[in-house]
Amino acid sequence: MKSTGNLKLTTQGDREIVMTRALDAPRRLVFDAFTKPELVKQWLLGPPGWSMPVCEIDLRVGGVYRYVWRRDSDGSEMGMGGVYREIATPERLVATEKFDQPWYPGEAVGTTVLVEQHGKTTITQTVLYQSPEARDAVLKSGMEKGVAASYDRLAELLASLGTPGMKKGASK
Amino acid sequence: MMATLKALAEPSRFQIVELLRDGPRPVGDMVHRLRLRQPQVSKHLRVLSAAGLVDVRVDAQRRIYALRPAPLRELEVWLERYRRLWEANFQRLDALLDELKTGELKTKQKKRTRTKR
Repeated sequence: MKSTGNLKLTTQGDREIVMTRALDAPRRLVFDAFTKPELVKQWLLGPPGWSMPVCEIDLRVGGVYRYVWRRDSDGSEMGMGGVYREIATPERLVATEKFDQPWYPGEAVGTTVLVEQHGKTTITQTVLYQSPEARDAVLKSGMEKGVAASYDRLAELLASLGTPGMKKGASK
Repeated sequence: MMATLKALAEPSRFQIVELLRDGPRPVGDMVHRLRLRQPQVSKHLRVLSAAGLVDVRVDAQRRIYALRPAPLRELEVWLERYRRLWEANFQRLDALLDELKTGELKTKQKKRTRTKR
């Protein structure tokens, strides 16, 4: 399997975080992978060493979903869940999200949009926080920050550190 | 780290950092390239300097700024950790989607073979 595209992280306005990724599959399958518990459990795992013992999805507007991850080494758990607000199979999903141990104030709203072209799907996930402060709390907690540029531009910048010209500059 | 991010979140400051990655530059040169006024550029440079992102040295009448890589490296490590976490999820998703596609193909082929018979 070759990777079809790299994850892009960016921010939008002062309350949103946006993630974009290309996937080599029709969106019908991608939608399944996001909404069928037996499939979600196989990939939505987070750091190595964590599993997803609980994944419940009631896929209808007003329906609830619940995810729990467990670190296998010490059994510590992290849970989150929310309510589906919009479901347009297989192109759009809107759901609220809230962590059991909240690390940002209020509830966030996640929008997943799937766009298919020639059998490939581009997925855009946007998380809208209740306030700029909430988003910043997320950023402080280790998520993507409001660098007013796409991650790619930043990555390019960071990659250039350590080039001979740069080193010469820094050491002067 | 938040200081680094806050400093970079402003588009002109991001541009200054991008300019400086090619090597140190005098203020006048940046004013010219950014098409900003000198006081604005100086203000941005003060913020970048306070965040530890740039160093300044004085060469005769000119103030020459250079990028300090340390805070950017720290930021890189942090962003990369987060990106990698999600990229790992997406790579598992890639593999799963491949399986699903193969599964569908097999089902279709079976159906086809059955109808042929």
